[in-house]
Amino acid sequence: MDILEKLTILSDAAKYDVACTSSGVDRSGAPGSLGNAAACGICHSFSADGRCIALLKVLMSNACAYDCSYCVNRKSNDIRRATFEPHELAELMIQFYRRNYIEGLFLSSAVLKNPDYTCEQMIELISLIRNEYRFRGYIHVKAIPGTDEKLLTTLGLLADRMSINLELPSNNSLQMLAPDKTRESILKPMGMIKDGIKENKTDLVKYKNTPQFVPAGQSTQMIIGATPETDYQIINLSEALYKKYELKRVFYSAYLPVVEDRNLPAISSKPQLLREHRLYQADWLLRFYEFQASELLDEKNPNFNLLIDPKCNWALNNYDNFPVEVNTAPYETLLRVPGLGVVGAKKILRARRVGKLDFSDLKKMRIVLKRAQFFITCKGKTVLGIKYDPESVLRGLISDQSWELAGPPMEQLSLFNDIKVIDTGSFNIMDSKKEEIRQAKIKFLNENSNAQSNNFILNESTLQSNEFFMRGERQKCLTGQI
Amino acid sequence: MPYRTDITYLYDGSFEGLLCCVHESYYKRELPSLIFNYKEMQETLFTVKEIETVLENAKKVETSIKKAISGEALHLVRMCYYSNSENREIVILNFLRMGYKIGPSVTSMLSDDTVKAITDIAKSVSRESMYYLEFIRFSDYNGALVAIIEPKNFVLPMIVNHFCDRFPSEQFLIYDETNKHGIVYQNGKKALIPLDNLEVPKACKKEEKYRALWKQFYNTIAIEGRINPKLRMNNMPKRYWKHLTEFQ
Repeated sequence: MDILEKLTILSDAAKYDVACTSSGVDRSGAPGSLGNAAACGICHSFSADGRCIALLKVLMSNACAYDCSYCVNRKSNDIRRATFEPHELAELMIQFYRRNYIEGLFLSSAVLKNPDYTCEQMIELISLIRNEYRFRGYIHVKAIPGTDEKLLTTLGLLADRMSINLELPSNNSLQMLAPDKTRESILKPMGMIKDGIKENKTDLVKYKNTPQFVPAGQSTQMIIGATPETDYQIINLSEALYKKYELKRVFYSAYLPVVEDRNLPAISSKPQLLREHRLYQADWLLRFYEFQASELLDEKNPNFNLLIDPKCNWALNNYDNFPVEVNTAPYETLLRVPGLGVVGAKKILRARRVGKLDFSDLKKMRIVLKRAQFFITCKGKTVLGIKYDPESVLRGLISDQSWELAGPPMEQLSLFNDIKVIDTGSFNIMDSKKEEIRQAKIKFLNENSNAQSNNFILNESTLQSNEFFMRGERQKCLTGQI
Repeated sequence: MPYRTDITYLYDGSFEGLLCCVHESYYKRELPSLIFNYKEMQETLFTVKEIETVLENAKKVETSIKKAISGEALHLVRMCYYSNSENREIVILNFLRMGYKIGPSVTSMLSDDTVKAITDIAKSVSRESMYYLEFIRFSDYNGALVAIIEPKNFVLPMIVNHFCDRFPSEQFLIYDETNKHGIVYQNGKKALIPLDNLEVPKACKKEEKYRALWKQFYNTIAIEGRINPKLRMNNMPKRYWKHLTEFQ
């Protein structure tokens, strides 16, 4: 089998791994070696699905000894198998790196024979890259649960980031879909890596030349939508992973049906991309905005609102905290304003030191007011000089979204009915995301239709007429009539 | 005495030359309506005054920016100078005049039009430099790496250190087609040279092989169920595609 064929099989098998980041470690180049690493991470390309390509993401082998039902590489699946020789993959990776195609390597593997043997093969490959090629760039390895601790330590000293896939959000689901793995076998090495990093940090203070153990930290990923866990369970799990295991990142991947199995969603089901998006937004709130999982969801409302992002949702439920005055609010409060990010809040902090800010100033500073306008005041005034209540704000927020998301694109008015040609073939992923929002919107509006001042019957056709959202509703929301 | 404004400056296009224009404007009490260099010569009704580049004066201005305003201000000025935006010289002059008056806090006045003008330009330059750390593609010709870029701004000075640090044992050339300049790195030494034209030889078999492997990887790694052209375009603007191996 030639290398092109191997690369095709083994990158195809690796593509469902989410993490492709190269961040977390700064390492300058050195004479006689190759490569460096930047803590901010550098993407080198973006594939047709819009995801970043920073690393050469491949499996070392897809000849798996396990039989996890959600996985394409499971033993019982009839697919072509391939395994890279260490020198082959090392040369390929280095040649890609020299051409600035990639930032480093993301090495994962199916279980070859057993976890220990697989780990030994990985160590051989990465030692070759680090020692023979003197490579100082980024390497991310995926550890396999059940590997011997000593081997993991050796691997950790060669890699920048290590990750162990949590696979599924609960032990029950794991037992059902991945019988060869248990929650304990996954969490144990995670704990070991965490301790290793900690120990290594104290050693580094004592001895300058201690080799670094997983300097960019560890991450994990889980599949969502294949099993019945709620967002509340998932986000609590992530919070625990960040706090207890000091993970750098938790990745979520919407389940894409790849195999037929009675325990899995039907192969025709659509991936829950919007739900995945909301989980990532919430994940950001946990990591950078000092939110607690318990603030975002609770047992009564265990899932995220698909219509508005988690921060808006929180703000509406706690509307008595708003609006906040841009010119005086502390940083932590600004961070909690929907539509304001870390960069925006810092900009405000900086600019207000030299003068009072107005809405026009914020606009000039490129602060996006689309969502923030409902939650802030400048010099005591809201953008339109009126008071909002949560109800009107919610309407403002979702009808704003409808500009882009609701219904078909705007059409020229015509005296005659257009003949509609339904093209089912072009239903792509963007449409399915829109569709998800649209359905949620119809549901919401139907539930709240008595709140309408005018007697619109809310169904698909009123939604599609655009008129309702764009002219009437939106205008009213903005002027606070509702 | 009021400032004279019916005048334009002509300088040699160098950073030092530009600083000398600032020097001149202060000492002669003049507010030029336009500052341009020989390459971008324009017809004008006003008097054209040639500004001689005196390194000593340039140094004086540089030090005064650091002292009277801040290091950050000097950085902004330098970034703005590297842009190809048409009125960058005037933007810099206006910013510095304001900076000398107000002091270090001028860079915090993010909503002021004068400050916004320079920060916007500087931001676009730094953003483009970042893109070029990502989207440069080298080809191997007999062991030497060659990359061609077509940036809007003059990004070479901003990206050179990154690549020298990354490939200390390689020899490489990055050719900027827009600004007709190149960076050459060899045996641990780097040089920025004017270069009018660059003809690359035909790629050898080995090079073709790695290009083909990369294209194959690029096409395989996308998940069909999530194809999203708009997201890709947002992350990787189309004007960079021309020199990307994966699209050739």
